[in-house]
Amino acid sequence: MSIEYRVGGIAPSVLRLARPGQYQVNEKGYYGEFGGAFIPEMLYRNVAELREKYLDIMNSADFQEEFGRLLRDYVGRPSPLYFARRLSEKYQTRIYLKREDLNHTGAHKINNTIGQILLAKRLGKKRIIAETGAGQHGVATATVCALMGMECVVYMGEVDMQRQAPNVARMRMLGAKVVPAMSGSRTLKDATNEAIRDWVNHPEDTHYIIGSVVGPHPYPDMVARFQSVISAEIKQQLQAETGSELPTHVVACVGGGSNAAGSFYHFLDHVSVQLIGVEAAGKGLTSGYTAATIALGRPGVIHGSKTLLMQTEDGQIIEPHSISAGLDYPGVGPIHAYLHATGRAIYLSATDQEALDAAFELTRLEGIIPALESAHALAKLKDLQLKPEHVVVVCLSGRGDKDMETYLRFLPADDNPTTTEPYS
Amino acid sequence: MNRIDSLFAQKKEKILTIYFTAGFPRLQDTRRILLALQQAGADMVEIGIPFSDPLADGPVIQQSSKQALDNGMSLRLLFEQLHDIRREVHLPLILFGYLNVVLQFGLERFFEKCTETGIDGLILPDLPLDEFRQDLEPLCKSTGIHFSFLITPETSDARIRQLDEASSGFLYVVSSSSTTGKKKDLSSLQPYFQRIEAMQLKNPFLVGFGIHDHESFLQACRHSRGAVIGSAYIRVLQQAADIEQATKDFVQQILSDNPVHAAS
Repeated sequence: MSIEYRVGGIAPSVLRLARPGQYQVNEKGYYGEFGGAFIPEMLYRNVAELREKYLDIMNSADFQEEFGRLLRDYVGRPSPLYFARRLSEKYQTRIYLKREDLNHTGAHKINNTIGQILLAKRLGKKRIIAETGAGQHGVATATVCALMGMECVVYMGEVDMQRQAPNVARMRMLGAKVVPAMSGSRTLKDATNEAIRDWVNHPEDTHYIIGSVVGPHPYPDMVARFQSVISAEIKQQLQAETGSELPTHVVACVGGGSNAAGSFYHFLDHVSVQLIGVEAAGKGLTSGYTAATIALGRPGVIHGSKTLLMQTEDGQIIEPHSISAGLDYPGVGPIHAYLHATGRAIYLSATDQEALDAAFELTRLEGIIPALESAHALAKLKDLQLKPEHVVVVCLSGRGDKDMETYLRFLPADDNPTTTEPYS
Repeated sequence: MNRIDSLFAQKKEKILTIYFTAGFPRLQDTRRILLALQQAGADMVEIGIPFSDPLADGPVIQQSSKQALDNGMSLRLLFEQLHDIRREVHLPLILFGYLNVVLQFGLERFFEKCTETGIDGLILPDLPLDEFRQDLEPLCKSTGIHFSFLITPETSDARIRQLDEASSGFLYVVSSSSTTGKKKDLSSLQPYFQRIEAMQLKNPFLVGFGIHDHESFLQACRHSRGAVIGSAYIRVLQQAADIEQATKDFVQQILSDNPVHAAS
């Protein structure tokens, strides 16, 4: 297999800045031709209010103070940037893992939910709704609702409730009502539909905490800004560690794309940094069971945003497949559609099997059990033609506790050191 | 003259518009349902283009859309089914659908087909005003096909004026902030309808969402020119042994003070 992309950080000619802000959303809510706010009128007032106020609120001193304090004392930030020695040896390069898995609740999702709940409070909202796929965003939302004493309803596909049962239990313990989405493929897409319909029916008191860089403007930009703390920290930590704040590669998995957007954010204008998103190929790009939207999608409108999406010729949205519930989404954030269209980032895909292999590899080499989502990013290290002088940052977006059932099902039989034989 | 304009010129009150999902309950029912509605006394029909992810719709229309798609419905097939509909059906016809399906079909081709078929109006609830102005308004103007925006109790007066200005034919007033098919008491909403009536808008308006029987129809018509019924009719189609008879009974029951009880 040959992969066409630039190897970052080598040719001096590309060591330059992009036009500042070139990859940011414009004043109309678009990234190039992607983005916008394609919503029914019932949601107009809420989305318009958010659009008019989000930047002022986020930039206010009291918001910054409260957000920063909670990220530090409650989430546990900054999350470590860990030099993965044995993984680096294996790939003959320098690999750093951005340890979002060590955040409170076990994934990067909490960065966004803390930000949005503070915003919702300032908008005077009383009730919070959210969609969730793997359950990480649902748990992160239920957590901040408990923290702030707000009512919380989480929509989750019925299929996902089964495959991520531990997270359903956590949400319930945290006081959230978990509502199964029974329509369509009963996964993330349908949970998102149900959350949007709830918002249509409760426009006055409810804020919808979207969990990724998807949905109508200003959500993609707002969520990317909350998650941008990931790349802000990477820069500082790399500077201290290597003497340069710029890596050669940043690798992150992409479902809707929020951990990738946060990992890329402060590197967007530094075109020497090769940005690599990894989608879920499911059983393979041509298998019909895949969630690789950028590889296979065409421009269209989903969940309020114009972006790439997997759809039939007639414009019906195709139900995706991935072993990882968090990547099982037929669209992608408009920022990624744009970074792909402009060539600023490249997007690869990893199959279910590659992700499982990568998860087992990381576990045995570094003693870290990654989330299945994050394992997709790790799975592409083997295809990046890495060199010893490269500095590669992989966003380890979440931990694998929630995926134990899946992992145990695929644990190679002859590779299982557990035994019921008495030790002698 | 656009049939919607003729209708509003002729009929000053209680205009009954009925929605159904194309391809439901069976793939080839489109023509039969249109004829039944015309026969039964509906004034205008909204034909729903089924979509896999209908965000503004409640469970009833979600289900009819899903079944229509499972039956094999598509926009291409709908235009085929409608190609000679104007020989038999003279009611104003509106296509109601979500933007993505229309975008994939191709905007210009879509307007061509609408013109060929004799479609009078369009409702695309997830199309933003700016995108309408840029991409659809010129096509509406050149073809004479009307476009109706939705307004809700949350819509500000200033925005109502903008949406009225951009709309043609009529304005679609959503009875309350909800998805389709939620039965509700419309008497508490009279101040909202009155407020819109008092704004003396450019377009007449129809009330939709939650209208399901004779009483709610009358409530909706008190300050408007008429009402749109969707989910309640889909429920009837779901159970209908005989589409013609069921449609006739349903329309009569909506229009009459003495509801006809179906024999079944």
